[in-house]
Amino acid sequence: MRHLTSIRELTKDAAISLLDNAQQLSQVNDREVKKLPALRGKTVVNLFFENSTRTRISFEVAAKRLSADVINFSADSSSVSKGESLKDTAQTLEALGADAIVIRHPLSGAPKLLAEQDWISASVINAGDGSHEHPTQALLDALTIRQGFGLSQDLSGLKVLIVGDILHSRVARSNILLLNLLGATVTVAGPRTLIPVGIEQMGTTVNSSFEDALSAKPDVVMMLRVQKERMQGEFFSSTAAYSKAWSLEGDRLAMVGQDALILHPGPMNRGFEISSEAADDPRSQVLRQVSNGVAVRMAVLYRCLSGEQL
Amino acid sequence: MQKRVVLDSPDIDRALKRIAHEILEANEGPQDLVLLGIPTRGKYLAERINFLLGQIDPGYQANCGVLDITMYRDDATNAERRIQTTSIPECGITDKVVVLVDDVLYSGRTVRAALDAITDFGRPRQVKLAVLVDRGHRELPIRPDFVGKNLPTAKTERVRVLLNQTDGQDQVVIG
Amino acid sequence: MTSLILKNLTLPNGSGADIEIEKGRITKIGSVSGSGIDCAGLQALPGFVDAHTHLREPGFEASETILSGSRSAAAGGYTAVMAMANTSPVTDTAEVADFILDAGVRAGFVEVKPIGSVTKGLQGAELSDIQGLSESRSKVRMFSDDGVCVFDEDLMRQALVAVKAFNGVIAQHAQDPTMTVGAQMNAGALAAELGMAGWPAEAEESIIKRDAELAEQTGSRLHICHLTTAGAVEVVRWAKARGINITAEVTPHHLLLTEELVRGYDSVYKVNPPLRRLEDTLALREALLDGTIDVLGTDHAPHSREKKECEWQNAAFGMVGLEHAASVLQEVLIQSGASWERFANVLSVKPAQIAGLEHQGQLSVGSIANIALIDPTAKRVIERQTNSKSVNNPFAGITLPGRIVHTIFKGRFTLKNTQIQEQQ
Repeated sequence: MRHLTSIRELTKDAAISLLDNAQQLSQVNDREVKKLPALRGKTVVNLFFENSTRTRISFEVAAKRLSADVINFSADSSSVSKGESLKDTAQTLEALGADAIVIRHPLSGAPKLLAEQDWISASVINAGDGSHEHPTQALLDALTIRQGFGLSQDLSGLKVLIVGDILHSRVARSNILLLNLLGATVTVAGPRTLIPVGIEQMGTTVNSSFEDALSAKPDVVMMLRVQKERMQGEFFSSTAAYSKAWSLEGDRLAMVGQDALILHPGPMNRGFEISSEAADDPRSQVLRQVSNGVAVRMAVLYRCLSGEQL
Repeated sequence: MQKRVVLDSPDIDRALKRIAHEILEANEGPQDLVLLGIPTRGKYLAERINFLLGQIDPGYQANCGVLDITMYRDDATNAERRIQTTSIPECGITDKVVVLVDDVLYSGRTVRAALDAITDFGRPRQVKLAVLVDRGHRELPIRPDFVGKNLPTAKTERVRVLLNQTDGQDQVVIG
Repeated sequence: MTSLILKNLTLPNGSGADIEIEKGRITKIGSVSGSGIDCAGLQALPGFVDAHTHLREPGFEASETILSGSRSAAAGGYTAVMAMANTSPVTDTAEVADFILDAGVRAGFVEVKPIGSVTKGLQGAELSDIQGLSESRSKVRMFSDDGVCVFDEDLMRQALVAVKAFNGVIAQHAQDPTMTVGAQMNAGALAAELGMAGWPAEAEESIIKRDAELAEQTGSRLHICHLTTAGAVEVVRWAKARGINITAEVTPHHLLLTEELVRGYDSVYKVNPPLRRLEDTLALREALLDGTIDVLGTDHAPHSREKKECEWQNAAFGMVGLEHAASVLQEVLIQSGASWERFANVLSVKPAQIAGLEHQGQLSVGSIANIALIDPTAKRVIERQTNSKSVNNPFAGITLPGRIVHTIFKGRFTLKNTQIQEQQ
């Protein structure tokens, strides 16, 4: 595995192996010396064309725990804003010694393009592209679910409900693909205008009622972060109306099974798509997701950079 | 190449027993001993030596753990590499006498990686090395303290240690 | 001037013959005595006519020039190309049209005939000088805003009425812009997965339906550029059954390639209208076989590297096609059992009629010697680089049948033994 730009690139075995390694690597956090020498001498560049402090820091911590050097390159403070092409930017970074480029881009497909064209030989890791994919988020979610149910292999038999703006969500897409790969059953729920036509073919059923979807007793309720500005006009009449129908709160929270898990990729809009009550509920895995994020990214960086081929 | 059994099950038992005795002898008793097995087979050999130490010397406090060295390797291979659990005994390793246990000693690179890994968990008073087979061809200045069998080999030959726990039988095969 | 004799070739009807050419015209077809160029095993066809070529000059010479595009056309067996109007300046005046005409003559590889824009500056607001264009030296007969749709229904009606006077034709790029805002690829499950705005089939079909009705009311000639969907085929079939004066075109890429290629986000596959599903491709092939679709138009759309070597969404729409069109057509038509006469009709006779090119699409005694000679037994792996200035070639790496061996334009070899022949 040289790149990770889409969950489509993983076999089931490869995904489970990544989760296993991430599980082992998560223990490093409990050690006094929170550092491993595996990627000593390697250089990881965080190439972010879109702001995301959390994801960038998570990758940065992951790379540093593996002893790699980390360079942060954000598009707004660089020549990219002067019209430099993605190709030139990537080749420049490689000339500076990048062994891996972790890329976040507002346009769907930019990481895939970078990985598949012959522009650079560095590894390309997708840290979220447009409304396409966010594979490391899906892996950390899967790891969190595996831990939450004490599983050590796949997720077969589990029912996962993903709620919110599916149309614009790369988290939803990567999760649909990965959860299917791992044998879980996926349902997405959200306002009709925010569910892309044809999404069923990725391996999910669609429900346009939150209550209805909850009454099927999902094992995992994954709330998506909602861009408030998108919830107005074109897609939804008002933010209040959205919140009323799609927030995880009150009676809906009561419908979530006692052994079920509540996930949210963060950062949360408390009181909007998720109530504080739900966010702080013992079933909420939000903080574990964050720490698993580092472990998963360590596993991915290690796998992409240690010369192994899957 | 012809396969040849160089150690059978009783040979292995004898070798491990001898190693256990030598460990106690060298340490002048069972105090402060910590065994760390290197996965996969070193882990089971450490457990067996641990059991034997307890049989030989009832005063031995079983301190046996696992040290995964995957992330400390300096050689990138194309093999599928699954990271194993590292578990250090409750007592820790600082000021202890750590005995690293592995199945085959070859280039010495695994042991080097293990020495690095140990540093991240504490500062032992002494680190010793026990291996079931020493097949030579060292690439680093490393030598074992306790050896089950010295086995002269050609570089092209492959030495395989089979254990009950992993392979259903105890045997060392060359070929 | 001595005559040129082509020996032992095969005519579209399958019979063997020699062809004698004198002073740029075909003087004899049959058995010709005397020595000539041995064309044994070669299929002779009337020189190909592309009703849909973007030559990019004036304005975008980094992507293509009339000369480089003409060379590419000759290498593909063409003897005439219709130059689309989306140049800069737009071909909305006689001056621009005549500039293109003259540059085509100077290049000397094919007949380059300008297409006039339907609306001024392709803005879709006001008709261009259609009459002036028709009366220019270029005698423009075909009008199109290709690249964008003539969306205003009344404007489309006026345009149809305006071209009727001189038996002109409107070539419509059928795309409802209100349904395709920001669209990047075919709408559907794959667009949903790839996270890109989709291009619904209805955006194409609704415009064809509307324009067919306008053509029926006005009695004018309507040509639909690049059909891409099974539904569009149905609409054209319906319109033809009603006796509406409509012709339809399909591109080589829509016959052969599908949206699955978009998965790698390689913008060489980004094209307007988009690559569709396999079902659509199969429907297009069937329509070409049964005559619902009349012609193959390349929509040859060269783009310089910098317009393609970038993120999908920032890349230009379009792909080159002049040098592979015949091979694609052979793959689709001949290998499905259709005749070489049908092949000639689709690639030469019919497009010449639609475009109003009097000296093209004929292979008969007395006609201008515009001839393509194919080795139909050849197989080749398509290379990325062609005679075009641009390399946005989606066929690179694909194995296709047939090879153009000679192209003769007005009695002159423009391609001989697969080599481009510069003018003396």
